[in-house]
Amino acid sequence: MLLNYIKIAWKVLLRHPFYTFITLFGISLTLTVLMVLTSFLDHLLGGHYPENKRDRSLYVMLMVQRDSSLTGRNSGPMSFKFLTNYAKTLESPERVTIFSAFNSSNAYVGSQKIKLNTKFTDADFWQVMDFEFLEGKPYTEQHIRNGSYVVVITDGFKKQYFENTNEPVVGKDVEIEGIHYKVIGVVKGSPVTRPITYADVFFPYTAPKSNYQRSGLRGGFMSVILAKDKSDLVAVRNEFQGRIDRIPLPGVEDGFKYAQLEAKAEPYAENFIGQILDGGPGLKTIFFGIIAFVLFMLLGLPAINLVNVNVSRIMERASEIGIRKAFGAPVKTLVWQFIVENIFITFLGGAIALILTLIVIHLINSSGWIAYADLTINVNVFLISLLVCLVFGLLSGVLPALRMSKLNIAEALKS
Amino acid sequence: MITLQNIEKVYRTSTIETLALNNINLDIKKGEFVSIMGPSGCGKSTLLNVMGLLDEPSKGTVQLDGQPVTQYRDKELARLRNQKIGFIFQSFHLINDLTVLDNVEIPLLYRSQNGKPRQEYAKEALTKVGLSNRVKHFPKQLSGGQKQRVAIARAIVGNPDIILADEPTGNLDSAMGNEIMNILQQLNDDGATIVMVTHDEQMAKRTHRLIRLFDGTQVL
Repeated sequence: MLLNYIKIAWKVLLRHPFYTFITLFGISLTLTVLMVLTSFLDHLLGGHYPENKRDRSLYVMLMVQRDSSLTGRNSGPMSFKFLTNYAKTLESPERVTIFSAFNSSNAYVGSQKIKLNTKFTDADFWQVMDFEFLEGKPYTEQHIRNGSYVVVITDGFKKQYFENTNEPVVGKDVEIEGIHYKVIGVVKGSPVTRPITYADVFFPYTAPKSNYQRSGLRGGFMSVILAKDKSDLVAVRNEFQGRIDRIPLPGVEDGFKYAQLEAKAEPYAENFIGQILDGGPGLKTIFFGIIAFVLFMLLGLPAINLVNVNVSRIMERASEIGIRKAFGAPVKTLVWQFIVENIFITFLGGAIALILTLIVIHLINSSGWIAYADLTINVNVFLISLLVCLVFGLLSGVLPALRMSKLNIAEALKS
Repeated sequence: MITLQNIEKVYRTSTIETLALNNINLDIKKGEFVSIMGPSGCGKSTLLNVMGLLDEPSKGTVQLDGQPVTQYRDKELARLRNQKIGFIFQSFHLINDLTVLDNVEIPLLYRSQNGKPRQEYAKEALTKVGLSNRVKHFPKQLSGGQKQRVAIARAIVGNPDIILADEPTGNLDSAMGNEIMNILQQLNDDGATIVMVTHDEQMAKRTHRLIRLFDGTQVL
């Protein structure tokens, strides 16, 4: 039966090559956009190099302090001291790392200035993240305790800074902001779309200008808490929240009197979306409104267009419907037949889209538009794409199928 | 086998009402070969469609094996059409995108029958109509007579009790027409009940009984 449906669908496609081209072009273009978008979202939110353990990590990125009337608000990263007291000492996680947001710095090769993004981290950073060391190794607790002037650099910075990039650079000096550091390791860089791990140069947090000794709750640091297992995330979250709840209130920070304090340990995606939605209910409406609109434009409009094309194409097949009904096809079976046919066509479009997506992704990855971009079609992206194909096929197939299957047999046979 | 009581069929548009069948009472017995004749537009095909459950009467009842089927729902009607009735149409109504074999298999698709036996039955039916060497051809590659023989194979593949033929020889020359008529007669001899609409007196004479219609009314 299924084979018969697919055979018919294939023959119908071959009947009018131009219509088929238009239909497949529309479907594959729509699905390509969706697949690239899904791949990009996966690139942004999924667990990829060097943040492979995102699925069991909680991110503490922001502290929000509000005054008693809830009109004033002060928010941003936290102090190293605060994170040491409230995150680093948690008992349930496997490991906790504290690091700064990336800062700008300059280095000079001769008279040429190189703009740098730098980051201060603890030694656990290298355990929580999965950086690939192309040369050397990370700095350790010992380096930090000794206040050693050492750095880990990326392969990108190595290429920019050193003349002969084929030679190992571990043990060599780099001068940043007038201070000399010894290169202790070279890692493969992380893309700018992963701000937690993106930097050109990584310093131990005891290096100059890190401000790690700053007192108070706010500062320039963030933290990632790595749970032992995915299933521990709730427990770790609760332990962290329990500690935050015990912070005495009200308090004063740089002259700002706060009565409420919020610091959340959240999974990456939640944190990412939470920051967008933090602007209040109005922003939330706008955000979801835009998502709904984009989805409608990407899925709804082409589906409506395809419904239109399908209705007119199906009308050509009135006689076939009449024949099938005359020989015992119930309405339900015919509806199913047209849906299967439509899903088959959508999957054909999906297959073309998959090839197009691979090409687009390859172009994005190799264009240098996002340094170290590693967009992929992994199982998740593929399954979501498959689901999108199915929804698209159903959306554009059900209505014409229902309309057609309700045709009067005698009338259909006359056509 | 088929009983029609007080059948009326009215076609309505926004401006006009056409009475296509008017108070038709008929009883077709098992094993009969009945022909329906009448001028064009007198309601012959409409009557056949009502008998074959392809169209609903506006009034009256249709009984199949003593069961009143007029109020049956789509699923039940589809099952009856599939298991009890085989149709042959003047313009063959084959699906051009499917091979001869696939066309003949259509009625069996709507029974829970696996692919292999389905193909075997379809090949058997094609052998009966003398087309066993054309299974992989497409309808466009066949002559009119061959197409009608494929249509007959499709009508008989499910072994139905009733065959309804709407001018089966209408698009064929007399030699081809006779060939088709011979096949129908053989099917009737094998036990099938056949109702055939025709314009051809000679063909009608070869059936057991003749029904004449005029302006939607049975006159004989």
